[in-house]
Amino acid sequence: MKKIIFIGLVVISTIASGQKYGIEKAKVMFFSKTPVEDIDATNTTVNSLFNATAGDIAFSIVIKDFAFKKALMKEHFNEKYLESDKYPKSTFQGKLTGYSTDKAGKQEVRAVGKLTIHGVTRDVDVPGTIEFKDGKMVAVSKFQVALKEYDIKIPQLLWKKIAEVIDVNLDFTYKSL
Amino acid sequence: MMILRRTVLLMLISTAVFAQDDLMKEMLDNETPQTNYASSTFKGSRIINGQSIETRGKGELEFIFAHRFGPVSGGSYELFGLDQAYVRLGLEYGITDNLGVGFGRNSFDKTMDGYLRYKFIRQSTGAINFPVTITAFGSGAIRTSPRAQDAAYDIQLVDRLAYTAQLLIARKFSPTFSMQLMPTLVHKNTVDKTVETNDVYALGFAGRLRVSRSIALTSEYYHRFNVGNANPYYNAVGVGIDIETGGHVFQLIFTNTRGLTERAFITETQGDVRNGDFSLGFNVTRAFQVKKPK
Repeated sequence: MKKIIFIGLVVISTIASGQKYGIEKAKVMFFSKTPVEDIDATNTTVNSLFNATAGDIAFSIVIKDFAFKKALMKEHFNEKYLESDKYPKSTFQGKLTGYSTDKAGKQEVRAVGKLTIHGVTRDVDVPGTIEFKDGKMVAVSKFQVALKEYDIKIPQLLWKKIAEVIDVNLDFTYKSL
Repeated sequence: MMILRRTVLLMLISTAVFAQDDLMKEMLDNETPQTNYASSTFKGSRIINGQSIETRGKGELEFIFAHRFGPVSGGSYELFGLDQAYVRLGLEYGITDNLGVGFGRNSFDKTMDGYLRYKFIRQSTGAINFPVTITAFGSGAIRTSPRAQDAAYDIQLVDRLAYTAQLLIARKFSPTFSMQLMPTLVHKNTVDKTVETNDVYALGFAGRLRVSRSIALTSEYYHRFNVGNANPYYNAVGVGIDIETGGHVFQLIFTNTRGLTERAFITETQGDVRNGDFSLGFNVTRAFQVKKPK
């Protein structure tokens, strides 16, 4: 009897570990607006897992794969600001709250967890929306990143060209695993 | 029953505690390995006088303005060389991220040069592992001085030509330190055979040390191998400082050569280091994105 309960529990706990979603396609964009120059970049090299039952979410972005309008911007971004040789990835690990997997349509959620950029990890709490549809899940979020908080220094000769606070947009589409 | 309760409790705790970490670990385990290419091994397309492995990005046009003043040993009469200067104006364009084409004119010997450089292997780690970046460089140069009527002999067009073939092999050892080796062949169509040979074999060495995010120290030396006793020229050596400001790179240089084409600085350097024949110089580059990627 004990054995059966035990096995049952193992099975339950496995099921309870949840409905998982893996990344299908993703887009990360950031924008820096200054009077001198607008800079934007896009990255599609994103990996992510989302556990809809537990609300756990994790993603990682390869820094070198941000595409810029100018080759020189990319070089500076990697070499001077994000130091992608040293810190090749940016990651997030946390929880989504405020949604129900049964609900149709867009749902307002919050993502709470640890965001790592440039080797610096910060606790963040950002808003976003998610939508479950046909075995897929679409997550969208817009938030801001202050470069100072992640120890990203702007050389004095360049500072006017780069905003101190960067707008980040995430657009992730997940498929059920 | 006691055991059961404990098991349940343990499972709940362990699920709660490890769920997030497990998700991260699971995600990272499933990642396809990336290839991480070394970038910014050197800052400019030139290190001191010679070329670096770096190519321009696709659609990027670089304007290169280089100056070499006279030897400092000229003393106060020549304002330590500042009274005289040779200039090279040049353009380089990135046809692809790895293939570049350039041309320029140097007032030293009134030489025009054109070149191609192709980066065919890139230093990388990860899915593809390779220790060095290799760029092939080939150039042709025409020396338009002296004019036909001023020449001591009946000088033909072919007499004015020189070619250079180089393999540029570089490794970025760390974000702050890079080195480059440059096996080189310079062929000059016409030389004074009593002192020189048509083909000159040389091996160049260069390094870059970043001292801050925008400043790096550089050095370069070209050693010639088949040099006879009568050869009046010296091996080119130089040190410099790279200063980077946005779209500009300023390279402040101290070197014993004044020409800016391979023929001139590899095979015909006139400055004798032992005499203090060093010249001040600078290379200034400005990059423009003339074609948007994609």
